[in-house]
This record gives sequence, C-alpha cells and structure tokens, in this order.
Amino acid sequence: MTFGVILTALMALLLLGYYTGRKRSISLSDKSNQRLHSLPQHYGYLIAFWSGAPALLILLFWSVLESSVINAAIVAQLPAQLQQLSADEVELFINEIINLSYSNVAIDDDVKRHAALYYNELIEFSNWVKSTAVFILAFIGMFVALAFVKPEMKARNLVERLIRWAMIGCTSIAVLTTIGIIFSVIFESIIFFKTVNVFDFLFGTHWSPQEAIREDQVGGSGSFGALPLFVGTLLISFIALVIAVPLGLMSAIYLSEYSSPRFRLFAKPVLEILAGIPTVVYGFFAAITVAPFIRDLGESLGLSLSSESALAAGIVMGVMIIPFVSSLSDDVISAVPQSMRDGSYAMGATKSETIKQVIIPAALPGIVSGVLLAASRAIGETMIVVMAAGLSANLTFNPLEAVTTVTVQMVALLTGDQEFDSTKTLAAFALGLGLFLTTLVLNIISLYVVRKYREQYD
Amino acid sequence: MISNTKKIKNKLAKRYAKEKRFQIYGLSAIAISIAFLLSLLINISTTGFPAFQQTYINIDVDIDSKLLNLDGKYSEKALFSANYRKVVNQSLKTLFPGVNGRKQKKALRQLISKSARYQLRDFVINNPDVIDTKQSLWFLARDDVDVFMKGGIDRSLPESDRRLKNFQLAWIDRLLAENRLEKRFNINFFTQGDSREPEQAGIKGAMIGSFLTMLVTMFLSFPIGVSAAIYLEEFAPKNNRWVDIIEININNLAAVPSIVFGLLGLAVFIGFFGIPRSIPLIGGLVLTLMTLPTIIISSRAALKAVSPSIREAALGLGASRVQTTFHHVVPAAMPGILTGTIIGMAQALGETAPLLMIGMVAFIADVPQSIADPSTVLPVQIYLWSDSPERAFTERTSAAIMVLLGLLIVMNLLAVIMRRKFEKKR
Repeated sequence: MTFGVILTALMALLLLGYYTGRKRSISLSDKSNQRLHSLPQHYGYLIAFWSGAPALLILLFWSVLESSVINAAIVAQLPAQLQQLSADEVELFINEIINLSYSNVAIDDDVKRHAALYYNELIEFSNWVKSTAVFILAFIGMFVALAFVKPEMKARNLVERLIRWAMIGCTSIAVLTTIGIIFSVIFESIIFFKTVNVFDFLFGTHWSPQEAIREDQVGGSGSFGALPLFVGTLLISFIALVIAVPLGLMSAIYLSEYSSPRFRLFAKPVLEILAGIPTVVYGFFAAITVAPFIRDLGESLGLSLSSESALAAGIVMGVMIIPFVSSLSDDVISAVPQSMRDGSYAMGATKSETIKQVIIPAALPGIVSGVLLAASRAIGETMIVVMAAGLSANLTFNPLEAVTTVTVQMVALLTGDQEFDSTKTLAAFALGLGLFLTTLVLNIISLYVVRKYREQYD
Repeated sequence: MISNTKKIKNKLAKRYAKEKRFQIYGLSAIAISIAFLLSLLINISTTGFPAFQQTYINIDVDIDSKLLNLDGKYSEKALFSANYRKVVNQSLKTLFPGVNGRKQKKALRQLISKSARYQLRDFVINNPDVIDTKQSLWFLARDDVDVFMKGGIDRSLPESDRRLKNFQLAWIDRLLAENRLEKRFNINFFTQGDSREPEQAGIKGAMIGSFLTMLVTMFLSFPIGVSAAIYLEEFAPKNNRWVDIIEININNLAAVPSIVFGLLGLAVFIGFFGIPRSIPLIGGLVLTLMTLPTIIISSRAALKAVSPSIREAALGLGASRVQTTFHHVVPAAMPGILTGTIIGMAQALGETAPLLMIGMVAFIADVPQSIADPSTVLPVQIYLWSDSPERAFTERTSAAIMVLLGLLIVMNLLAVIMRRKFEKKR
C-alpha cells in the first residue's frame, strides 16, 4: 500500500473512532444512569485522536527513514568493489537501480538485476510492515482509549488541552523556521570560513568562484572576495531608493492630504498592484524592454552602456518598491493628529507649508522606517537582478556599467550541478548569512522605530 | 518702509504658486507610477498575445508502407517504431521538387516542426487503414515560420540579417498562395509540457506543477497559520516575554528575503531530511514557511477586529474559552482570515527565487502526476523561457506571464469580494 492509501484508510479509522467514542459515552451514561461530564462529541474527539495520532506519527517517521534504510541495505549486499565507490557514485548507482526496478525493461547486468529485485522485495516488505504496524497501532489506540471512557471522565478539558497544545505547536513552527534559517546558514558558513578567510571574503575585491578543474586552467582561480557583490547590491538598491522614495512619498502625501476620496479609492489599489506583480514579471520587463530602451537612450546621448546596466535593474526595482514606501508613509501621515494641521493652518500656513514643516517632521520616524523596509526588500530582491543585472563582478559605482549582486551570485552558485558541500555552494550560504543579517538589522530598526512612533500619538 | 501686511501680501502669490506646484508633484508621482504599470501591462500583452495563435502547414503525405519500413507487419509495435521521419521528409520533397544542396534540403525539412513525425505516428496508429494512401494533413510550423507569419521577421532587411533566407521566403510565399499556411488557436500552449522547440512548448506541466505546489502550501499553511494566529490572539498570556519574542520573530520573518527560505529548504529539507529535489512537495514546504507570517499577521488582524462583546456573551453563557473561540470568534473572523490566506497564496504563486534554490529549475517535459514527481512552476517556467534566445520563446514567455497575472487577478478579486462582504456585515 502506498502512503496515500494508508493515509486515507487511517482517516476512515479516525472517523470510526469518533463515532464509536460518541456512541459508547452515550450508552455508558444510559446504562449507569449517570450524567456525562462533557458532550458526547468530546469523547468522540478523544478516541479519534488516540486512534489517529500515534499511528500517524509512526507512518511519517517510517516514510522519512524508509529510503535511507533500504538504500543502505542494498549497498550492503553489493559486491565489494562496488561498495568502494565514492558516495556520489553509489548514489548514482542506487538511482539507476530504483529506476530499473520500476521499469519493465529486461536487465542484462547480473549485479544490477539482483539489486533491482532485492530493492523490489525490500520495498514490498517495508510497505507490508508499515501498513500492519500503522493499523495495529491505530486499533490499539482506539481500544485502549475506549476502555478509559467513563461518564465522569473530563473529556472536554482533555480535548481542549490537546487543542491548546496543537496550537502552541503551530505557533512554534514560526520560531523553528527562524532557528532553522539561522542554523542552516551559520553551519555552512562556518565550514566555508574554514577554507576562506573571513576578511578575504568581506574585503576581497576579486570574485571568481569557478574552481580550477585542471591545473593549468585560466580564470579558474576560485577566489571569493565578495566586496564587488556588496557594492553592486548597494548600487542597485540605491538607484531603486532614488526612484521609489520621492515617488512613493509624494504619492502618499497627495493621497492622504489632497486627493478626493473617490480618487483615493481608485489610485490606492492601483498602486498596490505594483506590489502584487510577481518579481519574475518585473525581471522579464527589465531585461526585455527597459534595458534595451536605456541602452538606446544612452547611445543616442553618446554614452556607451552595457545591455545589463545597473540602471535598468535599479529603476524597475524602484518601481516595484514604490507601494512599500507609499502605503507605510500613508499610514503614518494619516496618523498625525488633525490638531497639528489645524494649528498650522491657524498660523496662516498654506497646505504645502503645513505638510513640509509640520506633518513630515512629525511623521518622519514612520517614513524612515518605511524606507528602511523598502531598502531591505531591495537588497533581498532576487529575480529582477538575476534577469536584468549581469554576472560580471565589477567593483564600480558607475550605474551605467554591469554589476552583480549578492542574490544573483547565490542563484548562480546554487543552480548549477555540483555536490552539496563544495566550496561554491558553501559560498552561497555565506552570502546568504550576510543577506539575512543585513535585512534583519534593517527590519529590527524599522520595527523598533514604528513601535516607538505609534506610542507617541496613541 | 513697507508694512508687514504688505510684505506678506507680496509673497502670497509666490506661496500659492508653490502650493500649486507641490500638488502637481504629488499628482505626477502617482501618474508616473500608474504609467509604468500600464506600460508594463500593455507591453506584456502586446508581445504575448500572438503566442495564443500558432501557424500550421498543410502537406499531402504519401503514407507509403515501404518508406515506413513496415515489411508487411502492421502490429502496433511495428507501427510505433516505423520510420515516419522519412515519410514526412519525402512528402516535403514532393511538394517542393528541385531543392538541391545539403543546406537547402535541411532548410526544407525545417519548415515544419520536429513533432510532425510523432503526430503522423499517432495518426497512423489510430487509423491503420490510411497506410498506402495519400492524406492531406496539417502539421505545426517551425518557430521561424511562425514568427514570420505573425510579422516578426522583416522582409526588407538584408538577407544576412534575417532568420529566414530568400529561398525560404519563396517557399513560404508559395505555401501561402496555395492556402497551405494557416494560423489557428494555439491549443498546444495549454495542453503540452515544456519543450526545447518553441512551437511545441506549452505551460501545462508548469500549471499542474504550480497547482500541486499550491495544494501542498494551502493544506499546510492555512491550518498552521490560523492556529498560530488564534493562539497568539486568544490564548497566549499577555505581557509574556516568550510571546513577545514570538511576535517580533513573526514580524521579522515576514520581511526576510524569499531567497533565504530557499537556502533553508536546501539545507534542512533536502540536505537533512533527504527529500528529493525539484518536486512540488518540497516547493510547497518552502512556500508554506514563507507564507506563514503573512497568514498569521492578517488572521490576527481579523481576529482582533471581532468585537469583544461576542466573546463576553459566549463566556457569560458558560462556554469554555475553546468553545467561545471556535464557535463564535473564528467564524466571525473567517472572511478576514480567508482574505489574508488568499493574498498569501497569491504571493506564493508568483514566487520564484526560493524555488530556484531547491532545484525546481530543471528542464522537465513531462506533466507531473503527483506531488512526488519532478516538476516546475509557472513563474520558474517564465524565468526559464525568458533565458531562451529564440524569438518565439519571448512571445511565449509573455503569454505565460499573461496567464500568471490572470490567475493572480482572479485570486485578488476573490479576496476583494470577500473583504467587501466582511465589511457589509459589520
């Protein structure tokens, strides 16, 4: 039986458990003439939980471990000379055997045929044991739980406690995610920094991660100086902010201070659409339309531009983050108390003077935090730069040249075919660590500022 | 000496002009943003629209059993492995007699798609009695012919700058004159998987991949996210340090770059748990972790908006905290929760970067059947196609983007409708 079939059968058992539990509680209370402590369905939930949960745990556990145990068993019965292969070759061999065992093709190689047959046997055996174990456990759980049902049993309290723990479990997934990110990034980075010096990585100016396969290969130096990537990321993010901050801020001011309610009702969602468009679409637009347009424009002005200039990626990214700046600014501008505006008008200030000299200074912390959030978006943005910025690691501040960014290099390092713990993949994790820490700091500062600011006017 | 009133009056015109200018700046900022959005949408739809049509070529095929190399055997197996390529090429030769030279012969074969032989094979297997007859069949045209038919190749350019040479154009003109070229609705685009040949490439594989990935994401992130939100909003002790940390943590997670979630998936799900790469299951797991913060934050906002009187009334009638929450508060907040979930799902549907990290970028021609089959998703398909140099792929990339944007618009409309309904009730 496959995983899906077992799961469906288990669900059916769960339902059965629920109904028998309900029924038993009612009949028990009828027989003993005793009132039930809880509603009958609470007893049902309890039985369903005990018939489902332990069996489900075993099923998941088994399914996770199954493949590695079977692979190890197959390797163990292979001839000695095959066992001495490197881990990758063994993995390839096993994959081949698994594919062979599924197909009906006649196998010529004796060793492979035996292995494939053995694999089929093991899979069948494992499936058989798995389904028996799961169902036995489910029935044991159901009967033991049924035996405990008594009218005076506090079933509702037990069920509610279970629900509460389940909810705590769900909440902790968010924390586990953070811990998972930190640990996975840090562990790989530590291994990386054993081969590459931290200072060489942070301040080295030469980035060419290709490792030499042959001794005499040109250009395959495998040097990991990430400074050009950091500079490229900052350059593109800076261009993006130069576009997004004035446009976003001015839109927010207009929408919250000047516009009629009807125009606002139309324009605000339209601006929000910009945030909803997938980044891969922006990337395509930047690469196919904006970059050639900027190159032609530059040529007509007598400038020589590379077709993958930082400018194109930066402009499109800027447009993408306009809504982040505008909606946050809009919120904080609306939160400035009306009394401050009225005071300013009473002094004879015009609307724009009020905005410039009263409202913006009052809303500044919120606006700054919106800009910081937008900056962290820009730094972590991947698809636009992957598609529109280049791969060449130039250390330059010139927006007309091609630059590369941290995220572009992470994609480039991890989408090729290489084994998991090569220096190249590890370098991607080190870059990821840098990216994570930078955005984390920006986010924390901005959240802190927003919190502080809210308290001021609430 | 001018009085102060006069001074101020003199300045007033200037100040009003400034006021006007400031207002115009604001309006133009909005106008620029909207103009950019419009140019993006118009640009994509004008490039993408032609991809919904595909050129077909009509050829009289002489299905000669000798050329097919059948030797009188008509079993399905023999029919399956017969030499259809030769038949197709021979039919082209009869249509254009007198084509000489290796280069020209090759160009002639390249008028029609490589898929023609498979199309012919399926046709013959389904109707075995067409063998040794002449049939008039429509085949897919090669991408260059297709692009030309849609006006993508300029005849007036010098021959060396064109994808199609003069003799090829002459063939196309003849085919046009004989009504052997026709543009039809490109059904293949929706029924085929990916392919290296633009005319055969479709988005079905990516669509199904996206669907399966979204299914996994939805089944995990909705219950987990909503339970977490309920716990934090209704049950968690207030002013508890741990709860504060969890809250800050969730807010931070919402702003972590998506590519970092890809690294997490690579290190934990693939590296540690050994889940195979490129399958919708792992894509769904990674996207679940990515969308959880969005769902938790919006669900909490929806729960917060439920008026406390509902809670108090239920508690006052003797319901327990759990009963109050699940029987009264959650149903009241459901439209808001669903709105947040749909927006989170829309985000996940358009996400690309983390999926690149976990190997969903492989070229996969087959349509995935389950969440354990290697597959790709729509945005990644767009990324892959955008990398291809063929012009026909650019067109198809835009068409795929149109489909993706269409799906997102539907999802967001759903969210808007639900929000409207929610607001009316209050």
